[in-house]
Amino acid sequence: MQVKDQVRDDVTIRFAGDSGDGMQLTGSLFTNTTALQGNDIRTLPEFPAEIRAPIGTVPGVSSFQLHFGSKEIMTPGDECDVLVVMNSAALKANLSLLRKGGIIIANTSGFDKKNLNLAKYGEDNNPLENGSLSDYIVIEVDVTRLTKESLSDSGLSYKDIERSKNMFVLGLLYWMYNRPLDSTISFLNQKFTKKPEIAQGNIKVLKDGYHYGETTEVFAETYTVKKAQIGAGEYRSITGNEATVLGLVAAARQGNIPLFFGSYPITPASDILHELSALKNFGVTTFQAEDEIAAVSSAIGAAFGGSLGVTSSSGPGIALKAEAVGLAVMLELPLVILNIQRAGPSTGMPTKTEQSDLLQAMYGRNGESPVVIIAPATPGDCFDAAFEASRIAIEHMIPVYFLSDGYLANGSEPWKFPQQKGLKKVNVRFEPARNGEDNPFLPYARDERLVRSWAIPGTPGIEHRVGGLEKEAETGNVSYDPDNHQLMTNLRKERVDKIADSIPLQQVDSGKDHGDAVLVGWGSTYGSIRTAVRELMVEGYSVSHVHIKYLNPFPKNLGEILNNFDQVIVPEMNSGQLVKLLRDTFFVPAKGINKVKGRPFFVDELKQEVKTILSEKV
Amino acid sequence: MSLETIIDLHIKNGAPGDMNYTGKDFSSDQDVRWCPGCGDYTILKQVQTAMPEIGVKKEDIVFISGIGCAARFPYYMDTFGMHSIHGRAAAIATGLKISRPELSIWVISGDGDSLSIGGNHFLHLLRRNVNVNYLLFNNQVYGLTKGQYSPTAPSGSVSKSTPYGSIDHAVNPLSFALGADGSFVARAMDRDPKHLNQMILRANSHRGTSMLEIYQNCIVFNDGAFERFTDKKTRPVEAVYLEQGEPLIFGEKNEKGIRLDGLVPKVVSMKNGEFSKDDLWIHDEKDKTKAYMLSRFFDQPEPGDENRMPRPFGVLFAEERFCYDEEVNRQIAGVVERKGVGNLDELLRGRETWIVK
Ligand SMILES: Cc1ncc(C[n+]2csc(CCOP(=O)(O)OP(=O)(O)O)c2C)c(N)n1
Ligand code: SF4
Ligand SMILES: [Mg+2]
Repeated sequence: MQVKDQVRDDVTIRFAGDSGDGMQLTGSLFTNTTALQGNDIRTLPEFPAEIRAPIGTVPGVSSFQLHFGSKEIMTPGDECDVLVVMNSAALKANLSLLRKGGIIIANTSGFDKKNLNLAKYGEDNNPLENGSLSDYIVIEVDVTRLTKESLSDSGLSYKDIERSKNMFVLGLLYWMYNRPLDSTISFLNQKFTKKPEIAQGNIKVLKDGYHYGETTEVFAETYTVKKAQIGAGEYRSITGNEATVLGLVAAARQGNIPLFFGSYPITPASDILHELSALKNFGVTTFQAEDEIAAVSSAIGAAFGGSLGVTSSSGPGIALKAEAVGLAVMLELPLVILNIQRAGPSTGMPTKTEQSDLLQAMYGRNGESPVVIIAPATPGDCFDAAFEASRIAIEHMIPVYFLSDGYLANGSEPWKFPQQKGLKKVNVRFEPARNGEDNPFLPYARDERLVRSWAIPGTPGIEHRVGGLEKEAETGNVSYDPDNHQLMTNLRKERVDKIADSIPLQQVDSGKDHGDAVLVGWGSTYGSIRTAVRELMVEGYSVSHVHIKYLNPFPKNLGEILNNFDQVIVPEMNSGQLVKLLRDTFFVPAKGINKVKGRPFFVDELKQEVKTILSEKV
Repeated sequence: MSLETIIDLHIKNGAPGDMNYTGKDFSSDQDVRWCPGCGDYTILKQVQTAMPEIGVKKEDIVFISGIGCAARFPYYMDTFGMHSIHGRAAAIATGLKISRPELSIWVISGDGDSLSIGGNHFLHLLRRNVNVNYLLFNNQVYGLTKGQYSPTAPSGSVSKSTPYGSIDHAVNPLSFALGADGSFVARAMDRDPKHLNQMILRANSHRGTSMLEIYQNCIVFNDGAFERFTDKKTRPVEAVYLEQGEPLIFGEKNEKGIRLDGLVPKVVSMKNGEFSKDDLWIHDEKDKTKAYMLSRFFDQPEPGDENRMPRPFGVLFAEERFCYDEEVNRQIAGVVERKGVGNLDELLRGRETWIVK
């Protein structure tokens, strides 16, 4: 049989298996190789909620989806073209995400009686045999047996052999998509420098998987995805949490101040703590506190001392920080609160994504305590957003909320990384020492931007007290004076509003600056909205896309832009939060497209919803 | 190479402070607003008196408090200060101390602030042994919120929120601190200013979390809670002052002592010649087991019982143990020494890159 090679613009592959099957690693290795090949790519890892869910069951399934192409790729793909399943539970959990006509590559050992029972198919009801998959192309490969055979003379233990079966699958997929093996081989050699026999074993299985594709006749086609037309330059692959870390470190460097990071572990924010903890030679101090309250409080203490104070959390942990954030509003100290949002109230769905904490960031504190809010749009954009959050916190002596989410945090994209010389400077102005008594230091005196000075301990002559009680303007002394409270409340709001003078004006991301409708998004929905809008434009619709990064204050020209469209449509992974702020601020009759299913928008569903809204109007 | 930040440059450039302070130099321009007769006044006075003796420049001293009457304290000190939120002073102080280890940091906290809302942070501060001084103003009541019982109030306390008597079992702050592996545990009282002053200075000179509990009279909501220790008439019988290497002696004529009978402390009299000073428990603040026993000298047995233990004042326990803030900074310095100051461009590049033309 002749194997035909087909050219594809884009492909979505989903690797799924038991938590122990190494699907995350398989996915990231495929991602790296593919990025090195010059494709544009987006990924979405999905982990089970339980660390050690029972082997072979549906809750124990871990998957990794990647979408790559020769065109611009902005999402991890709606439905996948290829679904790799290491056992029957993986098929059960993921079949609905495979497009009709798509390819299933099934590890047949994972469909034995035991696995069928564990996946609750029932031992006599093997989906590979009962005809239920007739809409798909099913390719059966006994990965487990082939891996064992491949390593029968290796002397490796049963466990080590069992662990390398993901390499067989990876090799096979590399053959299918014409990818080279070298990047993975050098990764394996590096990872197992101390255990070369394991490196050799894995490499052998990888190659055998590749050759299996070449020599057997189970595949009729291979696929070529050409290089993408992406901007020239040097790239690396990056996840949102990694980029967040780099943004913080870079901002502290650009201000030449220490970065103090206080945190308490929680999914999906913990990786930020892990990564920063390793950067001790970058002027970073990390503190794993006893709880989220201590975490934010320690950051406030460090900020009082002249560090950039940063804290991170998600869901319930953010709720715990609220009182201390209010303190930082009163103290007017630089504090960055990273909220890597996750789904649901209370503990909710820790491993699932959602963007439902915008109104909490905006209003979720006692009293009127405005803060700045910034949201990154893509994994790589987490760098810019974290940098900006830190810069504004420092230069404006104010708490800044950074609203990422689980999807950005774990998703990855090729990133044209910046160089230090191209980064903005961050201006730190510590109040200088004083010798004379003639003009006493006023801790709450302000400059023209309404910013007070950063007066750090250790500076002679400016000893002063701050606190959460209302401050008298200028002196900072405790004051219950009615007019003073009005003044200070107004000032705290104006301080935030004034930041609009120094942030970039809002741009229209796709489409014209006027038309029938504008889709307004924020945060991680960027890729889906952009792709949907561009496709709708091709179909002849008069739609545009505006994506807001600065959510409080809004860019000065935002209202003007919105007014140039007949309809304002706001897709959000919540039940309507930005839409409320837009209606309230600009009096526009904005409509929401809302979804809270713990996963990002599909491009197709967005397009459908937009079409429905546009047709209702006529 | 070291990591020199703008803070180092800023601090270095500061003019050296004038160190010939008197107590007055530490009093701020704010009117003190505690109720007349409140025990907080004497504590403030003794802290201000102690400050010139600690040998630290004013600009390097920071007072951090939570919320409560006691927590107003920083406003009255002419140093750097932060009046923060209820229960969290320990956590704020930890962040400041880690990032600025050269500062002399004093946490001021009430019994409610430390042991109800802030109990968690207090525990972790003590076990980490962050090098700060912790003054716990214990008045066995919530003063600022006008008189509810606190976690140190004895069971049965009648207060606004416990008109029929409290049912809670009280926390013993010194046992708590020892249980949390506190490295310095001491007790003083507002009405013995001289001893209080000594204890403040001892707390200051100890490296690590120096936890000094101070019995403080809330004249408005819990007047007389500690009268039997503070009243000059009853004090000799009800209190015993601890001195390193000295026997535990108390009583109106110093005629009583405490003797260890195996593991059981017993009150003995030295009047009839059966026991002398040489038979008594010699205080050793490095002995943790004995320190714990001392912390349990707490209203037991009932008054009138001949074996009733006096309440100990002084340093129950002091040990040298590594401090979290010092170790954090030592670890950072070690990494910098091994790896050199991180190169931002290398960090941004990461491990694997590719070029698109
Ligand atoms: C989060 C929070 N809860 C409750 C209060 C109200 N509150 C203020 S002080 C206080 C108790 C203070 O008692 P203590 O720490 O013993 O200090 P004291 O006033 O006795 O010196 C309470 C409950 C508060 N300020 N913040
Ligand atoms: S209420 Fe009690 S503790 Fe508070 S200031 Fe008055 S006397 Fe002192
Ligand atoms: Mg109290």
